[in-house]
Amino acid sequence: MTATPGWAGRMATPSAGRATSVALRPRFGATERTLHWIHAAGFTAMLATGLVLYLPALSGLGGRPLVKALHLGSAVAWGLGLALVALLGDHAALRATRRQVERLDGDDLRWLRGSRAPQGRFNAGQKLHTVLQAAFAALLIVSGALLWLGERNTSFQLSGTVPLHDGATFVTVALVLGHLFLALVWRPTRPALRGIVRGSVDAAWANRHHAKWARDDAPGPRRRRPTRRRLGLAAVVALVGLIALGSFVRDAAAAPDESGAALLYPR
Amino acid sequence: MDVETGNDDAEKGRPIGRRVFLGTMGLGISSLLWGDTAWRAIGDAMAPLVRAVPAAVRDALPSPADGWRIYAVNPPFPEFDAATWRLTVAGLVGEPASLSLDELKQLPRSEQVSDFHCVTGWSVPDVRWTGVRLSDLLARVTPDARARALSFVSLEEPYVDTLTLRQASLPDVMLAYGMDGRPLTREHGAPVRVVMPRMYGYKGVKWLARIDVTDVVAPGYWEQRGYDRDAWVGRSNGYS
Repeated sequence: MTATPGWAGRMATPSAGRATSVALRPRFGATERTLHWIHAAGFTAMLATGLVLYLPALSGLGGRPLVKALHLGSAVAWGLGLALVALLGDHAALRATRRQVERLDGDDLRWLRGSRAPQGRFNAGQKLHTVLQAAFAALLIVSGALLWLGERNTSFQLSGTVPLHDGATFVTVALVLGHLFLALVWRPTRPALRGIVRGSVDAAWANRHHAKWARDDAPGPRRRRPTRRRLGLAAVVALVGLIALGSFVRDAAAAPDESGAALLYPR
Repeated sequence: MDVETGNDDAEKGRPIGRRVFLGTMGLGISSLLWGDTAWRAIGDAMAPLVRAVPAAVRDALPSPADGWRIYAVNPPFPEFDAATWRLTVAGLVGEPASLSLDELKQLPRSEQVSDFHCVTGWSVPDVRWTGVRLSDLLARVTPDARARALSFVSLEEPYVDTLTLRQASLPDVMLAYGMDGRPLTREHGAPVRVVMPRMYGYKGVKWLARIDVTDVVAPGYWEQRGYDRDAWVGRSNGYS
């Protein structure tokens, strides 16, 4: 396949030395990158353990109680990580990102219809992807919590819980596969990967793909240090999270030979 | 209100993203009530497509098991050897038996469609079981007057569960070797499993190896761990 010039020239000489004149433009701060990678790690851990619980073909891998405890434990660790980022991270940056993601302007709508309208820091597809990821993550947590509660009290058992957990998983996996394809495989969008790994992207690429953002010279929001109250709150959240994590690990270690824990894993 | 305005197109445009988020959440949460019905309708609609896939391909693909959740207390699942597998029926019986799978299949064959309910809250409706009525097997081994209960021992040690003789004689209690028109698969308990539709699934011992006829009702694997011995669907284990 032949490549269009522009980016191809650069891709062809990736090791032209560190001191090249490629101009970079910062795209994601430390807070956003941390948030992304915590989410990615949590998703991967929950998907892997979830598949072992879900697919009969994989059910021989590890005892079910252990895998289940890992599944629940990664959910707690994921939530703990997100909470800590929300408390200790750069609030101005998070707020700016949220506002950018939840609003679509005329150019975004034109872009969605297939025209080459100039895009901001996020294009319309990225905005919708982020919004849907957030919604389905929330639905997975809600349905997962109901599954967990239902094992303890039958009044939490709803007929739609399992379909919701399964369905949200299918949709999320499809979204993530598309995301990975654009980030790792599809050449025109691949330069974006640098932004979420190291923070900045090739300015020329940004100019072509995110013109409105690239030509906007206004400085990004200034970061403020977390207040004492935030730090205290973060310590409390961390403590509660670690206790919850510990209780899942204990469950796993105890099952299935102790009656209390075994109740969770009936046949 | 936020004061930062740096480098964004955020002030412009409509809050479509927020609406998509709230809409998805609303749809998802409400699906707790209608999702099950919708899921089944989709499954029914897809059934012809799934059947069109050759069985060999279907078996090779990891599949979500059509609503089943497969549990093992001692993974991996037991594997049975058709050449050596025997179903032993022993204890308080006039004529102890040791049947190969072929011999078991020579007993009167019956078929039924029944729902399967797991105590953890999931169900699979309309499972088509093929096998032998337990009452037919019992008639052959002739339990003696002291016999009160049956212990079903699994190849998956240490799994065991029990039924009283009366429960076992209900007309819809089976030893199944076929499911939904195909031989019972390994994960569903091949070669033979107990089917007791009126009780929760943990009474339906899979990978069956032996039936002991006894005068006491011994607690089964999960009953030793707090579950009800008489696991009637909807009337035990906290369900009422």
